[in-house]
Amino acid sequence: MTWAAISAILAHWRRHPGQCATLVLGLALATALWSGVQAINAEARASYDQAAQVLGQDQLARLSRADGAPVPLDTYIALRRAGYLVSPVIEAEIRTPGARLRILGIDPLTAPPEAQAPALTGGEVAFTDLLGTPGRLFVAPETAQRPLPPDLPPLILAANLAPGTAVTDIGTAARLSGQEDPSYLLVATRQPAGLPALAPDTFRLTLTEPQSGNDLARLTDSFHLNLTAFGLLAFAVGLFIVHAAIGLAFEQRRSSFRTLRALGLPLRRLVVLLGAELTLFALVSGLIGIALGYAIAAALLPDVAGTLRGLYGAEIAGQLSFRPAWALTGLAIAGLGTALAAAQALWRVSRLPLLAPAQPRAWAMATRQSLVTQFGAAGALALIGVLLALFGSGLIVGFTILAALLLAAALALPGVLIALVSALSRFATTPLREWLLADTRQQIPGLSLALMALLLALSANIGVSTMVGSFRTTFTGWLDQRLASELYVTARSPEEAQDIRAAIQDEVQAVLPIIAVETELLGLPGRLYGIADHATYRDHWPLLDATETIWDDIAAGQAVLVNEQLARREGLGIGDMFPLSPDWALPITGIYSDYGNPEGQAIIGLALFGERFPNEPQLRFAIRVPPADAPALAERLRGDFNLPPGNVINQDEIKRFSLRVFEQTFLVTGALNILTLGVASFALLTSLLTLAGMRLPQLAPVWALGQTRASLARAELWRTALLAALTFLLAIPTGLALAWVLLAIVNVEAFGWRLPMQVFPGDWLRLGLYALLAALLAAAWPAWRLSRAAPSDLLKVFAHER
Amino acid sequence: MMRGTPVLHIQNLHKRFLTEDGPLPVLRGVSLGLEAGETLALTGESGSGKSTLLHLIGGLDYPDEGEITIDGAEIGALDDKGRAALRRDVVGLVFQQFNLIPSLTAGQNLSFQARLAGRHDPDWDQTLADRLGLTDTLGRYPEQLSGGQQQRVAIGRTLAARPRLILADEPTGNLDEDTGDAVLDLLLELAAETQTAVLMVTHSRRLAARLARQVHLSHGQLATPSEESAAE
Repeated sequence: MTWAAISAILAHWRRHPGQCATLVLGLALATALWSGVQAINAEARASYDQAAQVLGQDQLARLSRADGAPVPLDTYIALRRAGYLVSPVIEAEIRTPGARLRILGIDPLTAPPEAQAPALTGGEVAFTDLLGTPGRLFVAPETAQRPLPPDLPPLILAANLAPGTAVTDIGTAARLSGQEDPSYLLVATRQPAGLPALAPDTFRLTLTEPQSGNDLARLTDSFHLNLTAFGLLAFAVGLFIVHAAIGLAFEQRRSSFRTLRALGLPLRRLVVLLGAELTLFALVSGLIGIALGYAIAAALLPDVAGTLRGLYGAEIAGQLSFRPAWALTGLAIAGLGTALAAAQALWRVSRLPLLAPAQPRAWAMATRQSLVTQFGAAGALALIGVLLALFGSGLIVGFTILAALLLAAALALPGVLIALVSALSRFATTPLREWLLADTRQQIPGLSLALMALLLALSANIGVSTMVGSFRTTFTGWLDQRLASELYVTARSPEEAQDIRAAIQDEVQAVLPIIAVETELLGLPGRLYGIADHATYRDHWPLLDATETIWDDIAAGQAVLVNEQLARREGLGIGDMFPLSPDWALPITGIYSDYGNPEGQAIIGLALFGERFPNEPQLRFAIRVPPADAPALAERLRGDFNLPPGNVINQDEIKRFSLRVFEQTFLVTGALNILTLGVASFALLTSLLTLAGMRLPQLAPVWALGQTRASLARAELWRTALLAALTFLLAIPTGLALAWVLLAIVNVEAFGWRLPMQVFPGDWLRLGLYALLAALLAAAWPAWRLSRAAPSDLLKVFAHER
Repeated sequence: MMRGTPVLHIQNLHKRFLTEDGPLPVLRGVSLGLEAGETLALTGESGSGKSTLLHLIGGLDYPDEGEITIDGAEIGALDDKGRAALRRDVVGLVFQQFNLIPSLTAGQNLSFQARLAGRHDPDWDQTLADRLGLTDTLGRYPEQLSGGQQQRVAIGRTLAARPRLILADEPTGNLDEDTGDAVLDLLLELAAETQTAVLMVTHSRRLAARLARQVHLSHGQLATPSEESAAE
């Protein structure tokens, strides 16, 4: 009996191969987008862990200066003489336009075993080569293939090194970075017996315990949460397709199920068989989805790597590795998705009355009651969103608001569309238009899932593009303010800096030193800058809030400026005292925008900076010249002082580079946006195709009353276009609300700064046209089939009466 | 239109359906004529080709051979648009399952075909609604009407457009006997008043007897009841 039942159940798919393909493809797409995003996240996290493992950061404690300055060599020597097993490390970054490399210089002779200095000792490299000049750099194979700064020592490939990082002997690192003192000291896990416990305070050092996680992972959490949210959205949109396909398949087999039951198949066995059938679908689709997801992740990973590098300075591998755990999770999510999408249909089968007539249920008919309930749920969700926006805080709350907002809009959509179409039907002047609008109103419940998917995709698109557009406009304006000087020069020594300044003194409008130290600002790593008193800053600095005497106070060394993220993080405002060290605090006189910088930043007057940090070399400065003279001057400086190209940078180049980094940052978002819109269009296509078969009973009478098949097909196109257009109109306010939440809540929580929201109606228009095109493409096939329908197919509607 | 004016003329009509076992002849040389105001009942067993004949006359399907002339126009020469115009302007179809448009109210359904044909006459609609007993139900949707009410709306829809020929396919097949009789009475009464020709397909000899003429379709060929009796 069971085999007979299985054969009867599966026979449906033989007769409806298109439906079978839709179900598999929908589930595979949903799984693919979700697991693709997860693969990217997993790859990134693996890279962070790899970075954390370099030099045993996850196992070894460190000694460093509280102000972030290097540890004096004398201190290191004193500690070693006292018997402590510590080892020096120089950590520096070499940057040139378009290339950068993190250098970790260690002492192979004193490094603790946990530091896992990769192959530095022994192996194929002669010790003398390693320690001598030019030395050797150990890098991951992937790093070697990237653009790297010029004039590096020979590279040696070593697996298991973090991307973007080079490990070398400390002497080589000192030569490359120009830094003599160690950045910090590694502390061996086991110290010689009999020594007193290490007291860092004695040497004015801070002991940092081994880190279980790492800063990079924490810093990038918001980015990965963002990706996960996008993956989830795409997954949800894909599930709409699956839900529609399963719903239709179950609906069409309703009479078969009833017959099987009537012929003696127990209900439980029927449900188990259907469950097994769905599991098979989940398995097959899951496997296809995983393969597609891998392809998507592999395609997006280079952009994600660019984004993370641009936003956080985080290096992740540009190549994807296959992780079995990820594949299993993908299969599980396919199973979960199938269960979610099929739960309602299975439940209905389990409640199927044996004797009810086997006529097709009015799938497209939604009762007024269910619409009211749906509206109520939408209102409740919207209320939750508003309350969370008013009283909640944190990134998770931000994303919860987003979810509540999108779900509320989706649930409210069918009711709002019905109201709009009803309003439009008052203006219908011909019987055909009257019928078209009345029929459209009746089709909305049947199409509502697909339209919800379209609404979600369009809203996400508008929301994200508004955020990116606002970001781009603000960022461009901010770059103009922040990069007011025409040239930026970096000398290789203080003496060379003096010479350059002397040489150009008479022909430029101003030379503005750029000087900064790495330090801790209220307990977290940050930078303290000293700036000259000049119109460049007075006229251009991107201030968000300031006192009237801001620049005078800064010049007099009586106040400090802080960046927005620091102010937001610590709840600082104008007039608050800001501690720059335990014995030094200044009142805050201004807060400025500092987009894209994850760290806190503070600015004091140049004179005060010189007093506090007399040994800080002044190597960098900005030059003000008439813009037309800048290229010639840059060329002359490079020639006269033999400066590498990267040491004399034109303002234009920095802006171009910054904007390139910016655009790359949002490439992934753009790609996910397009993919989601594609999935939503596919959802619309599947819904229209499934509805097309069920719509013949509605269309055949109109045809019989004197309409051609072509005019009915045109009406079908008009209907889809109308629904897509109305959905798009509703997506605009939803998308703007989404953008507001992204800019005012999620961004502030994730990055610490807020952007002014700007709207871009031109982008909406373009998106609206895309949406219309996608909807018309989705409707084209069913409409074409209708226009070519054989009269015998339409006549079946009347023949079925017998 | 004067009684005696020919409305429908069918000459040697053939129709075959392709099946897995080869072509299956459904109509084999059917010829038939109908005048204005005349009513004709077409009876026959299931599968005898009654509905196929009706569909061919309504321009819903294409014959393999033969000619159908309605109101002077040979429909074999009409393209898709011409056939749509024929159904809209000349012919009225009444189905067993009513086939009202579910998204329109009873009132909108009633006037729908007349408006499509550009012959909408609100007074005539009102008269029909009164005669058909639909005045109180015009604002309701089909799903809110009984079977008898729906069939009366369907008949009203056909008559509102003032067709030359009504093709009714088992119009009372889904109704109980009393309701069916009442609906048929109305149809015939209104058709007589408007001099509309009626061709009705039915299984029921009792209902067929209420129409002016009867023909029987058997194995794809027509026979009058007397011929049929003679053959038996």
